[in-house]
Amino acid sequence: MSSHSLSEIVSQTRAIAQEIAAKHAADVDRQARFPSETFEALRKARLLTAALPKELGGGGANMAELAEMCTALAQGCGASGMVLAMHHIQVACIARHGMGSPFFRKYVEELVERQLLIGSITSEVGVWGDTRSSICACIRENGHFKLDKDATTASYAEHADDLLVTARRNQDAPPSDQVLVLVRKADRTLTQTGTWDTMGMRGTCSPGFKLTSSGSEDQVLPGSFADASAQTMVSYSHILWSGVWLGIASDAMARASAFVRAEARKNPGVVPPKATHLAKMSAEVQLLRNSVHGQAHEFDEIMSRPTGMEELLTIGWALKMNNIKVSSSEMTPRIVHDALQIIGIGAYKNDSKLSVGRQYRDSLSAALMISNDRIFSKTASMLLVHKDD
Amino acid sequence: MMIEKIRKILKDHGRLNKDPWALDEAADLYQAGMTSHASVNVMLALEGEFEIEFPDHLLKRSVFESMGAMRDTIAGLTKGS
Ligand SMILES: Cc1cc2nc3c(=O)[nH]c(=O)nc-3n(C[C@H](O)[C@H](O)[C@H](O)COP(=O)(O)OP(=O)(O)OC[C@H]3O[C@@H](n4cnc5c(N)ncnc54)[C@H](O)[C@@H]3O)c2cc1C
Repeated sequence: MSSHSLSEIVSQTRAIAQEIAAKHAADVDRQARFPSETFEALRKARLLTAALPKELGGGGANMAELAEMCTALAQGCGASGMVLAMHHIQVACIARHGMGSPFFRKYVEELVERQLLIGSITSEVGVWGDTRSSICACIRENGHFKLDKDATTASYAEHADDLLVTARRNQDAPPSDQVLVLVRKADRTLTQTGTWDTMGMRGTCSPGFKLTSSGSEDQVLPGSFADASAQTMVSYSHILWSGVWLGIASDAMARASAFVRAEARKNPGVVPPKATHLAKMSAEVQLLRNSVHGQAHEFDEIMSRPTGMEELLTIGWALKMNNIKVSSSEMTPRIVHDALQIIGIGAYKNDSKLSVGRQYRDSLSAALMISNDRIFSKTASMLLVHKDD
Repeated sequence: MMIEKIRKILKDHGRLNKDPWALDEAADLYQAGMTSHASVNVMLALEGEFEIEFPDHLLKRSVFESMGAMRDTIAGLTKGS
């Protein structure tokens, strides 16, 4: 993709972030409501298929551009950025693993035409955050499937057109032998089982749901979820989520900078005392930005090689994905905390122009969204065999 | 012989939902319930048993998806030693 169209997708997103998402962010957060204005605008701008290759009618954005989109949107509204990231992940799973199937090729045409929003249900009562294990099964009979799932957390499920759901391959399959199933809106019922009155990421609207669904067996994504998970879902999740968190950190940085600049203007010639703290903060933000961008570029570089998909299946790559996730999710709240310290009471007040309350609360979800402790324990185990040679 | 040792390791560390002796050399072990977490323990046990080290580029699902695939990889690593 040329650098011209790169800036176009990202600059369109940035405009939506500034003109729409940022305007409604406080209300979305206060009411814990879906950022519908933002998604209406993204839909109109046909940005919901940015992750689809051009030959399939999409925007053809690579990982670096998708991450920039997520960062741009999260700068205006963290929850909107997170919903966009989660949607891109689902689109990528379909585009990268479904194109051998006539059903999914046709579905992608509909996706482009109608700019559908896709949600994800990996979590389940009983396996909690272990995405690589399911209790529910995709029960197949005469070319049809039935799938019922008790999800602990399902973002924008009620606002999504369709859902990608993990389940055991069939009734006899072990918990780790999973498939991804596309559940269409008309074929599902969702019964809410909990609330979503959270500290942050309130606009993602992610309570628990009991899902009942059915459909044609063609809606089971070809291959196994094990591969789709390693090659696509985990890579896209951890890089794009990190992109979202970078957006939140950048928003906090912008607020702290605005504060320090205003101080400086009151007394030109004297460097405001808080400027030194801002200097430290800017180094942290640069580290986060470089690590997100670097990881996205490395993914794109790997994908430019014919052996790319195979390389994504190695433990070496899995470790990198774990590391980017835990490091960016731990850095972001620290960066927002710096903004709080620099701005002081003006950042602590919820109704002040320089408030970082929403950003702080949003950023605290990062370490929980696939628990960092769970990830660290997987990393620890992989390091026992990885040699970094 | 080598397959026998691999079966023993799978029994101890693979956490399969089937008896390794009842499985074909080409059977997909992930479909037999091996998780990625269990596969790391299998890798460690294989490295210990055969006194080898899997280089990083071989640390991927396909190398450990069946007993036959493990045997071929180990044979490649021990050749000439
Ligand atoms: C904003 C947000 C949006 C989300 N959206 C969705 C969605 O759309 N769809 C979806 O399916 N899910 C979604 N989730 C849920 C997510 O996928 C995880 O299921 C969830 O974050 C895990 O929560 P948990 O605290 O139950 O963690 P679990 O991973 O179940 O862990 C529970 C506790 O055990 C600890 N723990 C677990 N394993 C280990 C270990 N090996 N070593 C040490 N400690 C361990 C954890 O630290 C944690 O304290 C979302 C979560 C968030 C925060």
